[in-house]
Amino acid sequence: MELSVKNEEKGTLVTVTGRMDAVSSPEFEKELARLIDEGNINFVVDLAGLDYISSSGLRSILVTAKKLKGKNGQILLASLQAVVKEVFEISGFSAIIPIHESVEEAMAAL
Amino acid sequence: MHFMKSLKLAAIIENLDRFISFVRTCSEEYGFEGKKAMEIELAVEEALVNVFSYAYPEEEGQVEMCCTLNDGKKFVIEICDEGIPFDALSRSDPDTTADVGDREIGGLGIFFIKKVADEVRYSRNGDMNVLTIVFLLAD
Repeated sequence: MELSVKNEEKGTLVTVTGRMDAVSSPEFEKELARLIDEGNINFVVDLAGLDYISSSGLRSILVTAKKLKGKNGQILLASLQAVVKEVFEISGFSAIIPIHESVEEAMAAL
Repeated sequence: MHFMKSLKLAAIIENLDRFISFVRTCSEEYGFEGKKAMEIELAVEEALVNVFSYAYPEEEGQVEMCCTLNDGKKFVIEICDEGIPFDALSRSDPDTTADVGDREIGGLGIFFIKKVADEVRYSRNGDMNVLTIVFLLAD
């Protein structure tokens, strides 16, 4: 898993590529926690390059979403691919974490 | 002829990548690709993480994964450990409609296995927990 972070006018754009599994997901959670501690509360996460996610990946996104809810912030996801999209649908996460077709659309919704 | 391949390693998260590479090699060889191949990796990860987390609360133990292709189309994955008896399949499915604040993750991994696999079953064979996950190759 690779993470990159860009600060944009309306919020923080986090790009995740590779795999979010039980080994790599804690890294995502830690990095997002660090960004939240620095005062960032509005996030768009670009998942166009994410090939795979397991329940561990969902857990780290959920933990982040819960943290942000307590600070009136939000996390929006963009550009989910095949199996990643399926995992969000099966788990019901697509109903609780906002998902957008593109980063542009998500940024506009912040 | 059923040619079985297996990998047995310590039941620790540090070995997840090796197990996933192993099952990926088998899937490719058996002709699974794309989304289906990812679903196989998902089921295997969720099953293994469960073993890593719960099978050996006191001491260290091992987990073995056996892969076979039956009848040229049935990919059978067996995950065996000698830990405490634990039938993960007996847990009730998680509430997938709860809101962010109330949402819990427990049980979601096993739920994924049930959803993506064509068949999944648990048995206790002597001192072993055996989780069998089956994926069918599309015609």
